[in-house]
Amino acid sequence: MTADIHCDNVAKRYGSVAALDGLDLQVREAEMHGLIGPDGAGKTTLLRILCGLLFADSGRIRLADHDPRTQSRALRAFLGYMPQRFSLYPDLTVTENLRFFADLFQVKPDEREKRLQRLLSFSRLGPFSERKAAALSGGMKQKLALSCTLIHTPRILLLDEPTTGVDPVSRREFWDILAEMRGEGVTILVSTPYMDEAARCDRISFIHKGKVLVTDAPANIPGLYRQQLLEVKTAENVAAARAIQADGGFSSVQVFGDRIHVSAAGDAASMRKRVQACLQQHHISIEEIRPVPATIEDVFVELLR
Amino acid sequence: MQPTYSVEVQDITRRFGQFVAVDHISFQVEDGEIFGFLGANGAGKTTTIRMLCGLLLPTSGQARVEGFDIYTQTHEIKQVIGYMSQKFSLYDDLTVAENLAFYGGIYGLGRAELDKAVQNAMSTIDLSPYMNKLTRDMPVGWKQRLALTCAILHKPRILFLDEPTGGVDPISRREFWNLIYDLADGGTTVFVTTHYMDEAEYCNRLSIMHNGRIIALGSPQALKNEYQKNTIEDVFIHLVKKQIE
Amino acid sequence: MNSRIWTILRKETIHIRRDPRSLVIVFLMPIMMILLYGYAITFDIKEIRLGILDQDRTPASHELVHDLTSSNYFIVSGYLQARDEIAEAFLKRRMLAVLVIPPGFSADMGTKAVTEVQVLVDGSNANTATVALNYIKSFFVARSLQMNAEILRSPVNLQPRVWYNPDLKSAHFIVPGLVAVIMMMICALLTSVTVARERESGTMEQILVSPVRSIEIIIGKTLPYVLLALVDAIVVVVFAQMVFGVPFRGDPLWLLGFSLIYVYACLCFGIFISARVATQQIAMMSAMLATMLPSILLSGFIFPILSMPKILQLLSYIVPARYYLVIIRGIMLKGIGPVHLWMPALFLAVFGTLLLMISIRRFKTNLEG
Ligand SMILES: Nc1ncnc2c1ncn2[C@@H]1O[C@H](COP(=O)(O)OP(=O)(O)OP(=O)(O)O)[C@@H](O)[C@H]1O
Ligand SMILES: [Mg+2]
Repeated sequence: MTADIHCDNVAKRYGSVAALDGLDLQVREAEMHGLIGPDGAGKTTLLRILCGLLFADSGRIRLADHDPRTQSRALRAFLGYMPQRFSLYPDLTVTENLRFFADLFQVKPDEREKRLQRLLSFSRLGPFSERKAAALSGGMKQKLALSCTLIHTPRILLLDEPTTGVDPVSRREFWDILAEMRGEGVTILVSTPYMDEAARCDRISFIHKGKVLVTDAPANIPGLYRQQLLEVKTAENVAAARAIQADGGFSSVQVFGDRIHVSAAGDAASMRKRVQACLQQHHISIEEIRPVPATIEDVFVELLR
Repeated sequence: MQPTYSVEVQDITRRFGQFVAVDHISFQVEDGEIFGFLGANGAGKTTTIRMLCGLLLPTSGQARVEGFDIYTQTHEIKQVIGYMSQKFSLYDDLTVAENLAFYGGIYGLGRAELDKAVQNAMSTIDLSPYMNKLTRDMPVGWKQRLALTCAILHKPRILFLDEPTGGVDPISRREFWNLIYDLADGGTTVFVTTHYMDEAEYCNRLSIMHNGRIIALGSPQALKNEYQKNTIEDVFIHLVKKQIE
Repeated sequence: MNSRIWTILRKETIHIRRDPRSLVIVFLMPIMMILLYGYAITFDIKEIRLGILDQDRTPASHELVHDLTSSNYFIVSGYLQARDEIAEAFLKRRMLAVLVIPPGFSADMGTKAVTEVQVLVDGSNANTATVALNYIKSFFVARSLQMNAEILRSPVNLQPRVWYNPDLKSAHFIVPGLVAVIMMMICALLTSVTVARERESGTMEQILVSPVRSIEIIIGKTLPYVLLALVDAIVVVVFAQMVFGVPFRGDPLWLLGFSLIYVYACLCFGIFISARVATQQIAMMSAMLATMLPSILLSGFIFPILSMPKILQLLSYIVPARYYLVIIRGIMLKGIGPVHLWMPALFLAVFGTLLLMISIRRFKTNLEG
């Protein structure tokens, strides 16, 4: 299959800083592709270059066989892009903003109505349709911005951390909408700091220091983990994590919500003994301790080390 | 021992015109506690925090922050609180160092005090690679780090963090929370909103808001037990969905 | 100084430094305006195009025409043969005025007490027409006096002389006024957006949760602009001086001192606007509206205050430019010193301080609309 988005050895510098440093990326047609990586890895720069807002210093870029630098007009006809900080018209109401973008993208009336209903159900902005955008809460603004981006169906959709500030309920529904669009054949490239969102993509690319380190399906990512991982649950996770950290015998100790992930190069049994001994010393009782497969986030942490 | 309260809210309400953004809510936050202030979008979290910080006036109800009345003692309150707003609100055209110096100055820190405070914060949040860069050129996650650092320079007794980790990568979010734990260990009360439910697990107690009301309040474990869910995320979704229906 | 004011002041200075484009505007705009207004608003009409219909055709009538046109104010743009050509000459704007010397002009001059000539002026531009008419009138008054004196050998010899601005050049009168108007506008614009900008970008929210007081914010935000505005004033005065050759009879240092008070008052006016306004756009428009027209119309810049309706005269008392006009014209044209100017200066100082105090009181330390 040919790639819908194609980046070959792309570089971009800001002064002395290399934001993108020989980046290669292929996004397949009708694929939902996630971009993850630490802050400042180059995700936003990449997305801006793809939609023609910035120009790469070197490298070859094609979106559906279009060069964003020279064919940006043609490209914009079938490209949707939502920047990290999308600005709405603060003095327009929710409805007026939506209508403006629907007009802008020339969405047909019957399609518009259907899409609008779908978007209002995800955003729960229906009761506030006559409120000016300026008077919305932070998350409501973000959801309105998302709605304005999704009011039409582009062929390629680029989203830069779309769900920042969006509550968990709306976040799930938003990803349901994305999944539907993908089903309709839209190619989606989305950067996100949420690992559960990354897990919903077809493939994930991990970007670090302007390069793609890994691209793979979420299911294959845990296989990249090289160490042994133990999951520990206690009543005082923070104190426990600090105690295990202080022990010094483990390569990584991370609190994951209500549990702790401890990793080391050794085998599970000896690790378990060492953790138990350590926590006993600190009078912290263990509720649960077991070896677990790595999550995407564990791999993320390991890749960065 | 009777717990002492950092924040006491009694029946507080805030309207915008006819719309009730915060609807008769009451709660307390204990001294030194990490209090997670969760809620759906538009639930009224930011509005509540703004009232507690003296930025908005309540329509009715009573509240005290560190013992000071929010109607009459806003100036006293402002001496002891730190606040990080939901929308990034530092100066884009200043460098990181200049922003730090400005906020240090605003809180009356001398040169030496400021250096020490910055050093302190930097043991967890290392801003040094960006020190002389313009704030506008930093990635979002780094801006959040700077904003948090600015909010704690003056060692506030209570810290209000309105979605401090929005747009921050997972590893850095842990660093944020390490810092939050250090602050709490040092006796600072932390009042924090977030939409990351793994972070909710790190709080001592949580409240969950919807449409201006608090619909659940308790420790993460207690809430999970009460609603028989494995994670706070499930509790949250369960509660909010129930409200919507 | 209070360290918090100092902190804000320093930050504000950085904002100014980091925004070179605004700085360019701050210095370029006044210069453009001086050029534009200086040349456009001038009441001097040189070279009034004069048509001559000489029906007398004698040496005396030739002499009259010669005398009239040797004054530099008139040029003869054509000789007409008959009265009915006048209308066409006006319609085609070939002539602004026509001098008709009737037949028998030279004969009358020797014999009658009154000699008549006729002047027709194109009144479609009333302003120019009046000026032209005045020139012609004063020419004939002077001429009559001269002739009478010759005849009567009268001991009374009236020699009109205008003080301070002997050539009656309106540029000398207008340019100092322009300085007043321009400085008022620039200063008000500078400070009017500073507070609004922070409200708009959200940075104000972060400051308002700190123990900073309104007085510290207001003063810290006004002070850095005083220096900037003063430098701007110097640039404007020096430039105007160079281009229009306005005389400078007084002491430049005193002008500098008084200008400091004036820019202070104007900056306070801008802050006053900013203290309550929510967006930069509204702040800017209010600043323009509240400064430009009053400074031009009510300050005595163009229209003498004494000839205004009573109500406007009263209104003119709160227009800062009115006072500065007295000061700058006084120092530049009359060369007078502080002894005569302390009153307007005092008023400016009080006016500014009052506005500053009101701004501090009105400044909202929360986000309530
Ligand atoms: N100035 C205002 N005028 C009118 N309505 C307002 C104003 N400010 C906030 N609101 C409304 O009050 C409600 C609560 O807003 P608030 O910002 O407190 O929500 P929030 O819980 O912080 O949400 P989020 O998670 O999205 O940040 C929203 O419906 C919002 O639209
Ligand atoms: Mg909020």
